[in-house]
Amino acid sequence: MLTQRQVRLAWALVLPTLLVVVLVAGYPLAQVFYWSLFRADIAFVEPPEFVGLKNYLYLLQDPDFRQALWNTVKFTVISVSLETLLGLAIALVIHSNFKGRGLVRTAILIPWAIPTVVSAKMWQWMLHDVYGVINILGVKLGILSQKVAFLARPELVLPAIIAVDVWKTTPFMALLLLAGLQLIPEELYEAASIDGATRWQQFWTITLPLLTPALVVALIFRTLDALRVFDVIFVMSGVNPATRTLAVYNRQTLIDFQDLGYGSAISVAILVLIFLFVVAYMRTLGREALR
Amino acid sequence: MRTWLRLGNRLLFYLLVAFVVVYSVFPFYWAVISSFKPSDALFASNPSFLPLPFTLEHYKNVFLQANFGRNLLNSLVVAGGATLLSLVLGVLAAYALGRLPFPPRNAVLYLVLAMTMFPQISVLGGLFMLLRQTGLFNTHLGLILSYLLFTLPFTVWVLVGYFKGLPRELEEAAYVDGATPLQTLVRIMLPLTGPGLVTTGLLAFIAAWNEYLFALTFTVGDEVKTVPPAIASFGGATPFEIPWGSIMAASVVVTVPLVVLVLIFQHRIVAGLTAGAVKG
Repeated sequence: MLTQRQVRLAWALVLPTLLVVVLVAGYPLAQVFYWSLFRADIAFVEPPEFVGLKNYLYLLQDPDFRQALWNTVKFTVISVSLETLLGLAIALVIHSNFKGRGLVRTAILIPWAIPTVVSAKMWQWMLHDVYGVINILGVKLGILSQKVAFLARPELVLPAIIAVDVWKTTPFMALLLLAGLQLIPEELYEAASIDGATRWQQFWTITLPLLTPALVVALIFRTLDALRVFDVIFVMSGVNPATRTLAVYNRQTLIDFQDLGYGSAISVAILVLIFLFVVAYMRTLGREALR
Repeated sequence: MRTWLRLGNRLLFYLLVAFVVVYSVFPFYWAVISSFKPSDALFASNPSFLPLPFTLEHYKNVFLQANFGRNLLNSLVVAGGATLLSLVLGVLAAYALGRLPFPPRNAVLYLVLAMTMFPQISVLGGLFMLLRQTGLFNTHLGLILSYLLFTLPFTVWVLVGYFKGLPRELEEAAYVDGATPLQTLVRIMLPLTGPGLVTTGLLAFIAAWNEYLFALTFTVGDEVKTVPPAIASFGGATPFEIPWGSIMAASVVVTVPLVVLVLIFQHRIVAGLTAGAVKG
């Protein structure tokens, strides 16, 4: 009797959340799928015209889309690898016991807490071609032979933005990995020391294998974020083709070009890309969980 | 010899620690001191590493000339509204998913999990149309509802974990005393999830406070615009004159409350982040 009432209550409690899911995700997504089959502008100045898969066919040959895809892949691979290596190094440093450890942990939370738009603006100022502290210090210390317009040179702008993203998100990586490190029992290291294993050997035979699950989760999280990157790119270099990622190109087609049909097709393509990645993710995690 | 080696190692280690701290903190420090320097000091070829000479001129400009106060208020309303709504809906759903016998439980959980991975950009066009059709375009409510896309799934997912962790006996004792499930939730379970609510609420608030893409696309004009798009488009009197001092002052104003909150709730945030990430 109670259980039946409970089931009814459960439905009632979940219903508002399900409604929101339908409203903000389900319905808009259905619209995006629908309009991707049309030639239509977002204000409906012209009557929409059904074109079937034409938008998708165009997408396959669109050089701008290809460039955006390539930029996204470059951004994702480079920034996630750097963040992982750096995050691991930082996590190992904070994991050991020393005075002021809490302070360091607090310090590395600061970049994470700063809004992306703000950190992009801060770095734009630091990377300023004439008055930026990086140029001034770089020249003074002899690292740079002359001042560099980091955000204006096509070959430097993506690396500069990647550096900003790495600064901002490495702390998150470090914290996830630190949580993983804290799960490894201390006794393993003691036993290994007694057996005469060096620090380096201990790292490869104990730390790394036992840290793998945390590492996989952190990698997947960062990769998902990097694949949909928008803020830092759009604020630091706008719709510059040298840095335009999929999300930036997608917003440009939808809002700036008002192209609802083709823009929706790009949205679907991004969704498919993320979906493929998530499936791979679920499989890996599933395997991890079975171990 | 041995002690020297150890001393050297220790020195190297602390250098590494110092590097980590400087690397993390310096850009924010530089923004703070830039916001306090008068313009001529800001554009000096040999900038000082202390906020000297000191001025509050940029802060005055930000609040007097631009509509920044309005933007701050908008951000507070939107982020606060999205957080409150997520918490209320999230608690109800998470209680059902975490504690009640509920057949399609896993299906709903997977749906929520899938939503946490959803790329915002993929629904941008659809949400844009929806907000315009319903007259919610360029309103606070429109932004709040669209923010539920990322705050609600996260809240539900983390709170389910908290609810599952509570002992079963508590509930049973309440039932024996004749309490309904809803009373049990409100009187017994909710007070116990207090810390969980604070953490998830804070994380949802930060996410909404920092959001840029939707705020940029679904609002026009300073009456509704939140802080991130306002800062991104801060202009000077002419296109050639970017007011770096004011931009830095505005940046400091929006960031300091966050940094303070994060420092106060440091431990909980780390726990919440890792719980959310490891589980979701």
